[in-house]
Amino acid sequence: MAETLQNPTVGQITEHLRNRFGDKVAVTKTEERRVYAKVRKEDVFDVCRFIHDELTFEHATSVLGNDMIDRLEVVYHLSNYYTGTMIELTADLPLDDLHIESVSSIWSGANWHERETYELFGIVFDNHPKLERLLTPDTYEFHPFRKSYKLRGQP
Amino acid sequence: MTDEKQSVCIDCGTADTGKMWVIMGPQHPFSHGLWTLKAQIDGEIVTDAEPIVGYLHRGWEKECENRTYPKIIPMADRLCYAASMTYTHLYCLTVEKALGIEVPDKAKYIRMVGDEICRIQSHLMWLAAVGTDLGNLTVFLWAMREREYFMDLNVRLCGARMTTNFPRIGGVRNDTTELFDRDILRCIDLFEKSIWDTISLIDDSSIFISRMRGTGYLTREQCANLGITGPAMRGTGVDFDVRRDDPYSNYDKVDYEVPVLKDGDSYARYLVRIEEMFQSCKIIKQCMQKIGALGKNAPYRLKTPSNVPAGRAFARIEDPRGESMMYLVADGTDKPYRLKVRSPIFTNVSASKPLVQGSRIADVPVIMAMIDMCLGETDR
Repeated sequence: MAETLQNPTVGQITEHLRNRFGDKVAVTKTEERRVYAKVRKEDVFDVCRFIHDELTFEHATSVLGNDMIDRLEVVYHLSNYYTGTMIELTADLPLDDLHIESVSSIWSGANWHERETYELFGIVFDNHPKLERLLTPDTYEFHPFRKSYKLRGQP
Repeated sequence: MTDEKQSVCIDCGTADTGKMWVIMGPQHPFSHGLWTLKAQIDGEIVTDAEPIVGYLHRGWEKECENRTYPKIIPMADRLCYAASMTYTHLYCLTVEKALGIEVPDKAKYIRMVGDEICRIQSHLMWLAAVGTDLGNLTVFLWAMREREYFMDLNVRLCGARMTTNFPRIGGVRNDTTELFDRDILRCIDLFEKSIWDTISLIDDSSIFISRMRGTGYLTREQCANLGITGPAMRGTGVDFDVRRDDPYSNYDKVDYEVPVLKDGDSYARYLVRIEEMFQSCKIIKQCMQKIGALGKNAPYRLKTPSNVPAGRAFARIEDPRGESMMYLVADGTDKPYRLKVRSPIFTNVSASKPLVQGSRIADVPVIMAMIDMCLGETDR
């Protein structure tokens, strides 16, 4: 196991992700202090644990859902307190299997972001400590941020 | 407390262990907005807590999908009334990033001045709230009095006191006026003197100190893992500020310091906020110099297309309360496909349990005051 990398640069992050995960993680774009990557949904937990433990990304800025109609997405924004670098991980979810592993055991701060994504998009985070509705009433049976839920005036 | 809630709480342990659930909120003097903190107490000690939010959920992000890009600017103001310009700035930054444009220098400095005015007025509002939470109404009145200076500055800059509707995609709505240039320096001079009245009122009072020192303690690792950001984080030893470590606008071209304390208690968080106000004054003074050096004829706004090309962009910003972020998915039309707001307080309040666990019930208001609740952005 590689040792903890203090203050990783964008180049080092890209290299470490490639060495460790090969083609499971595809780095799509890099900018100054930004790394954008696509990851398969089965590997999200392992990749996040690696990013937290070995690349010293102590903070999960946000976990958000996105409805692309033919698929759903979960986007993770992870940030490093030493260098100000952010990693954006995108995982695609097919419509017939909306399950993904929860990362709230890695970052406790992701807990409520995942609950919010669950209630608004219906994405189920497996092994989440308390996956219940947070912002909307418990009696709601729909997921209001899906594109199939139309607002007044929306075609 | 309704009977129904009580019976639920008795079911989960009161009868057996002697523990009791106290439901604070949604209408409660400590909550500063509509939210509930369920606290389980054993005698006077809080053993468990659960925050409940969502009373103000308006579906802000979904509403944005139905509006054109410029129409979202006044909506972004309403995310947080105490720091409205910060959110509008963040929204404009995100759209500009998706458009791939760089705003003129003058607009950047004017936005920074607006941000820092917001930071000071938001911290003063927080100071007023802490004053009432701790039972000192003088702190409330004096902090609100200082806040009026900055409200008047907002009026000079853009005509409104709170919901400013000032930054635009591609710049700001108007240039600073001569009156604003004159008044802002006067206000800051006055503020830097008069705020010491309030500070000495708190620091010389043993009641304030004994209720803040040692309460709400977190370690650095806990704080980072829980996702707490902003002054609450910097009072817990995490040395991070988006303005300094991931600069946006022209924050890398001005000189200021980021206060960080390692104590990790409420008193450290209070001290960090006070020092941040002085640093904001320092930033404003430098920005006003730079605006003056650019001259009256420098451009402050760009023309931008109404359609944003398909793609994704995000921006983050140092809000007075912490790190806020917006994530935009554009599909090439004049309306966003998806706009996500990451609100700092949403995550901070989720850490209520570790914050209040083990403290006395009387200390809960002051501990939660230190994260500076704002429900508009929490529930969105």
